[in-house]
Amino acid sequence: MRPDPAFVAYPGRRLFVLAVLSLLTLALLGRALGLVLVDGEFLLTQGDARALRTVAVPTHRGMILDRNGEPLAASTAVESVWVNPKELVTARERWAELARALGMSAKHLEQLLSGRLNREFVYLRRHLEPGRAEQVKDLGIAGVYLQREYRRYYPTGEVTGHVVGFTDVDDVGQEGIELAYDHWLRGTAGAKRVIRDGRGRIVEDVESIKAPQPGRDLYLSIDRRLQYLAYRELKAAVKEHRARGGSVVMLDARTGEVLAMVNQPAYNPNNTADRVGARFRNRAVTDVFEPGSTVKPFTVAAGLEAGTIRPDTIIDTSPGTLKVGRLTVRDVHNCGVVDVGGVIRKSSNVGATKIALSMPAQALWRVFHGVGFGQPTGGDFPGEVFGILTDPKRWGEVHRATLSYGYGLNVTALQLARSYLAFASDGFLPPVTVLRRDGVDRGQPVLSAPSVRHVRRMLESVADEGGTGTKARAVGYRVGGKTGTAKKTADGHYASNRYLALFSGLAPVSAPRLVMVATIDEPSGDAYYGGQVAAPVFGRIVGEALRILGVPPDDTGAVPQRLALHSDALAARTPPAGGGL
Amino acid sequence: MSLLPDDRASRLMQAPLHLDVPLLTGILLLSALGGVILYSASGQSLDVLLRQGLRLGLALAVMVFVAQVPPQLMFRWAPWLYVAGVLLLVAVMVAGDVGKGAQRWLDLKFLRFQPSELVKVTVPLMLARVLSEGPLPPSVLRVAGAALLVLLPTALIARQPDLGTALLVGSSGAFVLFLAGLRWRLIGLLVGAIAAAAPVAWMFLRDYQRQRVLTFLDPQNDPLGSGYHIIQSKIAIGSGGVYGKGWLNGTQSHLDFLPERATDFIFAVVSEEFGLLGVGVLLALYLYIIARGLYVASRAQEPFGRLLGGSLVLTFFVYVFVNVGMVTGLLPVVGVPLPLVSYGGTSLVTVMAGFGILMAVYSHQRPVDR
Repeated sequence: MRPDPAFVAYPGRRLFVLAVLSLLTLALLGRALGLVLVDGEFLLTQGDARALRTVAVPTHRGMILDRNGEPLAASTAVESVWVNPKELVTARERWAELARALGMSAKHLEQLLSGRLNREFVYLRRHLEPGRAEQVKDLGIAGVYLQREYRRYYPTGEVTGHVVGFTDVDDVGQEGIELAYDHWLRGTAGAKRVIRDGRGRIVEDVESIKAPQPGRDLYLSIDRRLQYLAYRELKAAVKEHRARGGSVVMLDARTGEVLAMVNQPAYNPNNTADRVGARFRNRAVTDVFEPGSTVKPFTVAAGLEAGTIRPDTIIDTSPGTLKVGRLTVRDVHNCGVVDVGGVIRKSSNVGATKIALSMPAQALWRVFHGVGFGQPTGGDFPGEVFGILTDPKRWGEVHRATLSYGYGLNVTALQLARSYLAFASDGFLPPVTVLRRDGVDRGQPVLSAPSVRHVRRMLESVADEGGTGTKARAVGYRVGGKTGTAKKTADGHYASNRYLALFSGLAPVSAPRLVMVATIDEPSGDAYYGGQVAAPVFGRIVGEALRILGVPPDDTGAVPQRLALHSDALAARTPPAGGGL
Repeated sequence: MSLLPDDRASRLMQAPLHLDVPLLTGILLLSALGGVILYSASGQSLDVLLRQGLRLGLALAVMVFVAQVPPQLMFRWAPWLYVAGVLLLVAVMVAGDVGKGAQRWLDLKFLRFQPSELVKVTVPLMLARVLSEGPLPPSVLRVAGAALLVLLPTALIARQPDLGTALLVGSSGAFVLFLAGLRWRLIGLLVGAIAAAAPVAWMFLRDYQRQRVLTFLDPQNDPLGSGYHIIQSKIAIGSGGVYGKGWLNGTQSHLDFLPERATDFIFAVVSEEFGLLGVGVLLALYLYIIARGLYVASRAQEPFGRLLGGSLVLTFFVYVFVNVGMVTGLLPVVGVPLPLVSYGGTSLVTVMAGFGILMAVYSHQRPVDR
């Protein structure tokens, strides 16, 4: 190796190398400069677009409360577990562990994910309690995420199930109040800006764009205590009489508010398996029936209003049958010669027919229509129907006759209860509501005050000795009402052995506070008359309800009577003298 | 140019243990900066930092060791090292480990080892010897022989396939030829030949390599697939602005959008977190090291040392240029790390060995016979 002077001197080459190096370095700097200065703005937004995301902030529904502020439906935070299968496949060996933490079998998990491996979002388990969800999260399996959700709980369960309804898994109202007032109850999800990483995980909250607006609370007119009372008594009665079902509707006589509304069979809204149509149907508003004798007081009221009868008008119902065209109207027993009150007390079909035929069809219609038959109740219940009351122009004698004792029209339990509001007030008919009402809406006048007072007295006599509704009596309070035993139709004919037992009434008579309807559907066994089956339910509920409400008794001498009544009821299950049909 | 004995003495004083203090200072500064960046890029992993520190220590030890080797010894061993390198490459082809779709590793049981890294040193070593043995500038025949010596290992590496390393090895050989005074006419001829061969080379490229070139031409063509890397890294650089988002504050890097952020794409992290300012400082450090390296190489006593040293420094520049060019979208994606900053061990050792050689050819000066 010898030094080669020729090599040492390549000044041009050295310069060239330096020039090239400088140029290339400048190119790099220029490139970076270009990215920052020329495209920087765009690239900055691109970067933000990747990392900054707007996500929804879930919020809960408003509570549903009874009129006294007791909760009937409340939301509680839960976590739903979802996975990104694309990430989860990388940890296949931990699937069994994950399944165990979620309380499902490994096979079920496999099934859930097979065929969804290309998705990026699959729910594994909805509505897990936060503690357990945290355990799942702590497994640290890639691709497993939690999502905050809210789930509904119904503290009163079956008792208020039909009224309150329920929400679905996405917290959207499906039935009852939850459905009817979904917009009021539903919260508005907020929005926040977050920083998300390349795998979709939220790293940091940046700012809140819109605060979540929780749903508003809703106060119902329902009184939880009365609701429970009605539920308990109805359930016991349905069980006792081995009936298909039944309903009780209790209204505030002064405001038309629904204080209690229960049905059998019932369901527990907390149990999704229980949510089958036959059980969650709110029969009090969705099922119509022919009201039978419970409309006789309106026939009488119509006669009084039309002036064709007076309270002391004597009517001969002998011999217990009456031919009207091709129809033969029959009473259960021959009631003989009675006054108008006797027609109600003994529930004479013949008497009611004679009253109905004494006036023009229009007069009868005006009252039936006026008290809301075939009309909306104003209650806004999901699935509510309003029955049928036909056009009076086509009412012949036969039709007027059957209408007078409650056939040829159909109504819901709520409609029937509402119609009795006219007797409880001085002829006014307020719309019903299931929401707590501030102030009183008296509604339209539909009957004159004098006729109402006459009919109310007659209704009270139904519970007197010799009336059909003695079992509707309540200790300490004067009650009034009307029994009904409606034949049910089957295959287009009236069945001989299927009845709907009814009692519709009000209490206390001196200053009515409650209007109530009790229906028992197809009681089996010997007792099926409204006076035997439905009236006791009315009596038991209404007496207790008035005591709960602190209404002063208006019948101070009633205690011995009540005791007598009890022994009576236990001693004999034979039909009382004047079973109404 | 004659050197006085006292000049040699003063050089040795400036270079204890044959180390060049200004160059070493630059290297250590850059490594320190690299550690700061790596800490952020690795998601603040002290573990990663510690491992990189150990590798750096090992690499520095290799450098110090190599710096003690007299250039004469290197000159003598060059052919053997070259042959060993090529044989190892053949061994890789026959019995190498496959990783990430390429066969680059040789498993020696006690350590996994990439023979292509060794070749990065042995090729310029061999070429420097071959060319410095004859008259300079070299004859055409010698140039042709030298070219063959470069092409053989380069082709073997390209077959693995490892385009980045092949590029580095090829250019290291080319630099020796260039520095040896290859005539411009010949250079022109070679460039022309390469240009003509490009379409042929295209046919030999693997699908993924072609895809990279196509992606380079239009990254938006496949933003979620092959264009993903480069789009994310451009966003990182552009959104860093002049002053950057601040250390540990890069969204692209910390939120997992930027792939390979601790290794090949670490430059984007620098750019996002420290902005143009950081990029300027980083490039200035590299330039300083390269300038000092070129100076040191040019002051070597023998042509062998000058050729070898010059080639190693220029190859180091290619490292930086190809990596930064790739990350900024100026060049297609080629897997070349950013030397002294990227996470990873093998190339670090090679780079440091190169600096060791550089220091050796500079500091081992013999008294000149007159």
